[in-house]
Amino acid sequence: MSAVSQPALKRKSISYSKWGYIFLIPFFTAFIIFTLIPLANTFYNSFFENYAKGLEDVGPNYIGFQNYVKIFTKESLDKYLLNTLIMWILGFVPQIVVSLLLAVWFTDLNLKIKGQGFFKTVIYMPNLIMASSFAMLFFVLFSDAGPINSLLETLGIGKYRFLTYAPGTRGLVALMNFMMWFGNTTILLMSGVMGIDTALYEASQIDGANGWQTFWRITIPLLRPIMAYTLITSMIGGLQMFDVPQILTKGSGTPNRMSMTVIMKLNNYLGTSYNYGMGGALSVIMFVITAILSLLVFRALTRESRENAKQRKALAKGGVRL
Amino acid sequence: MSTVTNPRNRDRAGRTGLYVYRVIAYFVLIVLSLLCLFFFYVLLINATRNHADIQKGFSILPGKNFTNNWNSLMSNSELPIFRGMLNSLLVSSLVAILSTYFSALTAYAIHAYDFKLKNFAFKFILLIMMVPSQVSALGFVKLVRSMGLMNTFLPLFLPSIAAPAVFFFMKQYMDSVLPMEIIEAARIDGSGEYYTFNAIILPIMKPAIAVQAIFTFVGAWNNYFTPALILKEKNMKTLPILIAQLRSADWLKFDMGQVYMAIALAILPIMIVYFLLSRYIVAGVTLGSVKG
Repeated sequence: MSAVSQPALKRKSISYSKWGYIFLIPFFTAFIIFTLIPLANTFYNSFFENYAKGLEDVGPNYIGFQNYVKIFTKESLDKYLLNTLIMWILGFVPQIVVSLLLAVWFTDLNLKIKGQGFFKTVIYMPNLIMASSFAMLFFVLFSDAGPINSLLETLGIGKYRFLTYAPGTRGLVALMNFMMWFGNTTILLMSGVMGIDTALYEASQIDGANGWQTFWRITIPLLRPIMAYTLITSMIGGLQMFDVPQILTKGSGTPNRMSMTVIMKLNNYLGTSYNYGMGGALSVIMFVITAILSLLVFRALTRESRENAKQRKALAKGGVRL
Repeated sequence: MSTVTNPRNRDRAGRTGLYVYRVIAYFVLIVLSLLCLFFFYVLLINATRNHADIQKGFSILPGKNFTNNWNSLMSNSELPIFRGMLNSLLVSSLVAILSTYFSALTAYAIHAYDFKLKNFAFKFILLIMMVPSQVSALGFVKLVRSMGLMNTFLPLFLPSIAAPAVFFFMKQYMDSVLPMEIIEAARIDGSGEYYTFNAIILPIMKPAIAVQAIFTFVGAWNNYFTPALILKEKNMKTLPILIAQLRSADWLKFDMGQVYMAIALAILPIMIVYFLLSRYIVAGVTLGSVKG
């Protein structure tokens, strides 16, 4: 928006303001019907005992906060939260390290990496793969009689029954999450690195700093906001982890529910056991966690726009048109 | 990093250091690329081999069983893969169209008009942007059931009219390319507000719409959680549900050539589009992605 036209807009637009409301109608209608009402209904359901017992329906009976107590004591939601956290961390740590490395390499003018377009295209590709197909592919490749195991045998390492052991299953989930997201994170971090004022690098080079020092003293501190953004959005995404472990373990979270995620449990309540009370309580807990994380993202986004506005004002004062 | 030279960095040790550094960088990049490509190469190769060959292990060369696998998959009535593809195509296209059009309209409302609730509406949409759809899934499924819309596509594409992340992208784009003068000029020429949006604003927004259309299409194409709760009838199922079925069935009895062929068919359309448009897609990531 041009800073110059802003006052003009205010003066003229009085008669047009109703159009602002009219154009917002579709968004808010769809939001209220398909998100807000279902969300309220989910909250409401969490206070009722309501599930299918064989062919019989139990409830709905109002039971207050009992579902919330039961979900931790009897249904061990804490375990599923921990599983989700572990698998997310196992995928995220290598993801952020590798992405940071690649982002620095791609933008390093001394290094002059050739074929960047090719590399970026290839590493971003897994992000667009259907997660359920990807999981199915990994399942057949890493199954006990699958090609990876026959390769391990030929190499003399011996078979490893990936889906029988918790580290194997969690490792596969983490590997898939890593592959699906490191290209995306690399590209995001690259734009961050390219936004850093090159004068800072020039100055540090003149002062005799080596590559290692510039990386830790300049690149990392200045990338902190975008890294925080990546961390939080990835955490929100990680909490929604579902397709990959669901299909890899046929929805059972084998072995011994060590790879069962929170959303897999929700899917279980909604699609198999029809336990709406528990499902509601789980949804509300998820909502609270993601809402807190969302607030952090929201603050980051609005801070940026506040700063932009300040800059724009400052520039406008100097007679610069944007 | 800058190309400004410091004599100390130009000596021989510095140059060999840089050389080693470069070798390491290329090595890591090639290993990662091979990791990404390896699995899809195996997938495509195995889709052309027969069950017995696949059980023997890897092969670098494709087999001769492509048509057999294709035919057996097509004649498998439990797995209507083409029907699934059509369903996915229909739902994903509608999601892409609705979410981009209405997000642009919503962004335009906030961008072009001044009204009392403008700031509130903007902040509200930003606030709900990151809340995942799973948390309201319970109420959503109940609502869909009470409306009698189970096993229909309506509940899968209508909600995309409210797509906060797409809205945010459109708003950012409008801030950078859409001066108020254009809108005022249209008003002076006697253009109505809604007509201005459709005839003047949308064409200006084309690049942003294209990028978001691709992302929302792919997102809907790959979406598994909600469709799996809504679509239970065989002929209504979208691709991810059919693929998940491969895992649910007693897969050891399955013809593996057929399984690989099904996975390949689910992935391939997106891959073809990706390699044709990769330049725009990769550029679009930085502009608007707020996903996990």
